[in-house]
Amino acid sequence: MSFALIDGNNFYVSCERVFDPRLEGRPVIILSNNDGCAVSRSNEAKALGVRMGAPWFQLRDLAHKHGIVALSSNYALYGDMSRRMMSILAQYAPDQEIYSIDECFLGMDGFGHFDRVVHARQMRRQVMQWIGIPVCVGIADTKTLSKLANHCAKKGLAGTDGVCDFGQLSEGDRNHLFSQIEVGEIWGVGPQLTRQLSARGIGTVEALRTADPKVLRREFSVTMERIIAELNGESCVDLEDVASARQQILSSRSFGTYVSDLASLEEAVASYVGIAAAKLRHQGSIAGRVQVFIRTSPFRQDLPQHAQAVTIPLPTPSDDTLLLTRAALWGLQRIYRQGYEYQKAGVMLMNLSPAGVRQPDLFYAARNSDALMTVVDRINATWGRGTLRSAAEGVTKAWGMKRERMSQRWTTRWEEVPCAEC
Amino acid sequence: MRPRHRNLPRYPLLSVPVPAGFPSPATDFTEDSLNLDEHLIEHEEATFFVRVTGHSMTGFGIHDGDLLVVDRSCPPVDRQIVVAVIDGAFTVKQLCRIPDGVLLRSHGSGHGDILVSEEQQLTVWGVVRWAIHRV
Repeated sequence: MSFALIDGNNFYVSCERVFDPRLEGRPVIILSNNDGCAVSRSNEAKALGVRMGAPWFQLRDLAHKHGIVALSSNYALYGDMSRRMMSILAQYAPDQEIYSIDECFLGMDGFGHFDRVVHARQMRRQVMQWIGIPVCVGIADTKTLSKLANHCAKKGLAGTDGVCDFGQLSEGDRNHLFSQIEVGEIWGVGPQLTRQLSARGIGTVEALRTADPKVLRREFSVTMERIIAELNGESCVDLEDVASARQQILSSRSFGTYVSDLASLEEAVASYVGIAAAKLRHQGSIAGRVQVFIRTSPFRQDLPQHAQAVTIPLPTPSDDTLLLTRAALWGLQRIYRQGYEYQKAGVMLMNLSPAGVRQPDLFYAARNSDALMTVVDRINATWGRGTLRSAAEGVTKAWGMKRERMSQRWTTRWEEVPCAEC
Repeated sequence: MRPRHRNLPRYPLLSVPVPAGFPSPATDFTEDSLNLDEHLIEHEEATFFVRVTGHSMTGFGIHDGDLLVVDRSCPPVDRQIVVAVIDGAFTVKQLCRIPDGVLLRSHGSGHGDILVSEEQQLTVWGVVRWAIHRV
């Protein structure tokens, strides 16, 4: 087996720079929803010591001092640029797994007869030329190793020119390289596992690669055994079919301000149902259960804490926004407690099945809402999300996201396309 | 059929409600309706839209307020109309390679030509394929 992992360098920042060339060479950070913390940083910002996930209120002084440009997340832009990037990369291999907004795996089997590195360079060049996004490519025999090769390409630890193919390293060179990389850089080894492995003297990739998989399986899990196998070039995780529908759909946000009244929470929950239900219909599924949850801020231990979720089974699986909204609001009313400052709410659509195989319920006459929902989706596709929505979502949305520093939606709104003077 | 993408190909609805009569002879010859995207866009992923402000390109048929179809897929060729980056801002000009550098030419009222010397870095953002304006 052979895989390539391609990902966009500082993807959100790079997207912003395509449409605002003045950001080139300047320190730039992108803030998460509600302008909470840094989720993407330019190299210049990294050099100034801005950490990933650093809260914005802690960065304000540094930003002011060094002229760091901080922007709100512009997901309409990033989503469109991601779609373009994935579509370009899909032409380079028969199989593609889109892993996240800025990275995908390509199946590179059957490329033996020509140079994979040359192929990868061509990918980089084309993505850069076509959409202006710099990417790095890692190539190896397993997905875990290709992620690691990508890390090496990005940090300049191995390979050249943003491309690293582990197949080109001798065993000795590779072992040496692995002994320089911390174990936490491995795909699937999070901070907690890193601590536990370090406590056992396993601090580097090489130490984990040469560890006894049977022993670690007993102490950790079968996943750990699989990671070790993958590090040794034995492919255990295949490409996932992109077309395979999601098993659950989550829509949740932190609020712009704390919310304590039920009416505002109801608006928020109804809005999230609207977003999730549109995704549900887009993938051609129906949901059997709706989960709704609310919570106060875990970072404000000085305030009274309340967090609760409830799952509501539907009388019959549905993709009808109005029915799902009714169920979610019913659930919300049951978990809501007065006197708390809520910081987040969310909705999860669960028990998904294909819309084609709907089993009618004997005691519940489902209203046929297909025509209505088709119209809703079509209007929202043309005029923008939320143009036509259930009245439960409210009008003012005082709880809404703070996105005070958002750039224009350059590629998805006619009235916001870039201007050129002449 | 639910909308999946923004750029939906339009399928013609050939509804012929003649249950008892002679079926329309056109049914065997159904073709897709003409789609303007197909005509204007060669490389979908590399195509972006840009709005023009200013009057310096009217001689090239590009007017204030026009919508430009810009293709980034190919490096620019001499004499093409391009979107270039000058001092961090987008500008629309004709690219002319001359012995001592690059000349960004205008053709209309307003701004003159811009001479970009070899040392100065010129970024060509994309090549203008179409200018769309209401007549």
